[in-house]
Amino acid sequence: MLEASHLECVRGNRTIFRDLSFAVRPGDCFRLTGPNGSGKTSLLRMLCGLLSPTHGTIRWHGAGIETLGEEYFSSIAYIGHRPGIKDEFTAMENLQVSIGMRGIEISRKAAASALERMGLGGRLHVPARFLSEGERRRAAIARLAVNHSMLWLLDEVLTSLDRLAVDMIQQLIEDHLAVGGMAIVATHQELNLSSGRSPGIELAA
Amino acid sequence: MKAASHLVMFRWLLRRELILAWRRKSDVMSMLAFFVIIASLFPLGVDPDSRLLRNIAPGVVWFSALLASMLGLGSLFSSDYTDGTLEQMWISPQPRILIVAGKILVQCLSTGIPLVLISPLLALQFGLSLSEMRLLAVSLLTGIPVLHLIGSIGSALTIGVRGGGLVVALIVLPLCVPVLVFGAGRNVPLVGAVLALTLVFAPWAAASALGIVVED
Repeated sequence: MLEASHLECVRGNRTIFRDLSFAVRPGDCFRLTGPNGSGKTSLLRMLCGLLSPTHGTIRWHGAGIETLGEEYFSSIAYIGHRPGIKDEFTAMENLQVSIGMRGIEISRKAAASALERMGLGGRLHVPARFLSEGERRRAAIARLAVNHSMLWLLDEVLTSLDRLAVDMIQQLIEDHLAVGGMAIVATHQELNLSSGRSPGIELAA
Repeated sequence: MKAASHLVMFRWLLRRELILAWRRKSDVMSMLAFFVIIASLFPLGVDPDSRLLRNIAPGVVWFSALLASMLGLGSLFSSDYTDGTLEQMWISPQPRILIVAGKILVQCLSTGIPLVLISPLLALQFGLSLSEMRLLAVSLLTGIPVLHLIGSIGSALTIGVRGGGLVVALIVLPLCVPVLVFGAGRNVPLVGAVLALTLVFAPWAAASALGIVVED
C-alpha cells in the first residue's frame, strides 16, 4: 500500500499543491485529475522518487520510499510524457532492452506476445523512428505487461491513442488490479473500468 | 539473486550501448576524420622542418585526440535524457553508478579504440620511428579513457544546456591538462596513475551530476 501524507510541491517560487494526503490500496485504480499545470506530472514524479517533495512523506508498505531505494524501484513502473523509446531500436529491441535494464530476463516469445497484445504484432521489427506517436506509446505500455511491478504510475498514457488501444489499456489495468496490483493514472479522459475500486483526487489549478 | 540481476542488467546495458554505437557509426567516422584532419593540418601551419615535426608530433596527436574526444561527449547522456530512457534507468532497481560506468566504458571502446588504431598512421606522417609510434599508441590507449571519464562529468552537467557541446569543452578541457602533459610527454606510468585516480571518482561524480538533472 502506498501512503502519501501532507505532500507539498514548490516549483521555482510557485506552490503547486500543498497538504496533499491519500492512500492507494491493492486493487485500486487511483485517478489524478485537474487542469493543465495543476501538478499531476510533478506528483507522479514524486511518487516515482524522481522529485523530492518540499514537505511531506511517501511511504510504501510503511517505509519511506527514499530509504527503500532500489527495493521500491523494483515495485514500480512509470510511463511518463517521454515514453523512453529509443528511435534506433525496433519495438521488440526497445522492450527487451528496457526490461533487461531492470535486471530481468524475458524470452523473445514473452516480449513478442506483450507487443502483440498492444496491437503491434505486425510491426515488431520496425525501427521506432518509423512508428507513429501512438504506436511508440503502445510499445512503451507493453513494458507494463511483462515487468511484474505492483504499482503502475501512468502519466497521460491515453493521449494519441485510438479507441482500440484505449480499450486494450483498460483491459491491461483491469487484469493488473484483479491480481492485487495498483495503478495511479493521471488523465483527462474517462477510464471505464468494469471492476476494481477507483478513488481519486482532483488537483486545483 | 541481487548480484545476478545486476549482471543481467550490465549485459543488457553493454549490448544496448554497443548496438547504439554501431547504428550511429557515422558519428565515430566523423570524429575519426576530424582527428586525422586536425593532426594533418597542424604541420602546414608550422615550419616544415622534419626534426621539429618529429619533436612536436606526440603533442599534436595528443591534442587532436583530445579535441576529437570532445565531439562525442555532448550526446553521451543527452540523447537518453531527451527520449526519457535515462529517467527509466534512474528508477530501475539497479545501482546508478554501474549504469553510468557501463555507458562510459562503451563510449571509450567505441570511440577510443578507433582513435588508437589510426594514430600510427598519423605518426607515420610526422616521421616517427616504430618504437616511438608504439609508445604513442600505448600512451593514447591509457590516456583516452581518462578523457572520456572526465568528459562524462561535463556531459552530465550540460544536459539540456543550449550549445551544450561547447560548454562541455569549456568544463572538460582545463581538467584534461594533467593527462595531456603526461600523455604528450609519453610518460605512460603517470598517465596510468591519472587513469586510476579518475576511474575512482569520475563515474561517481557523473552519476551525482546526472542525479541533479534527472531528479528535477
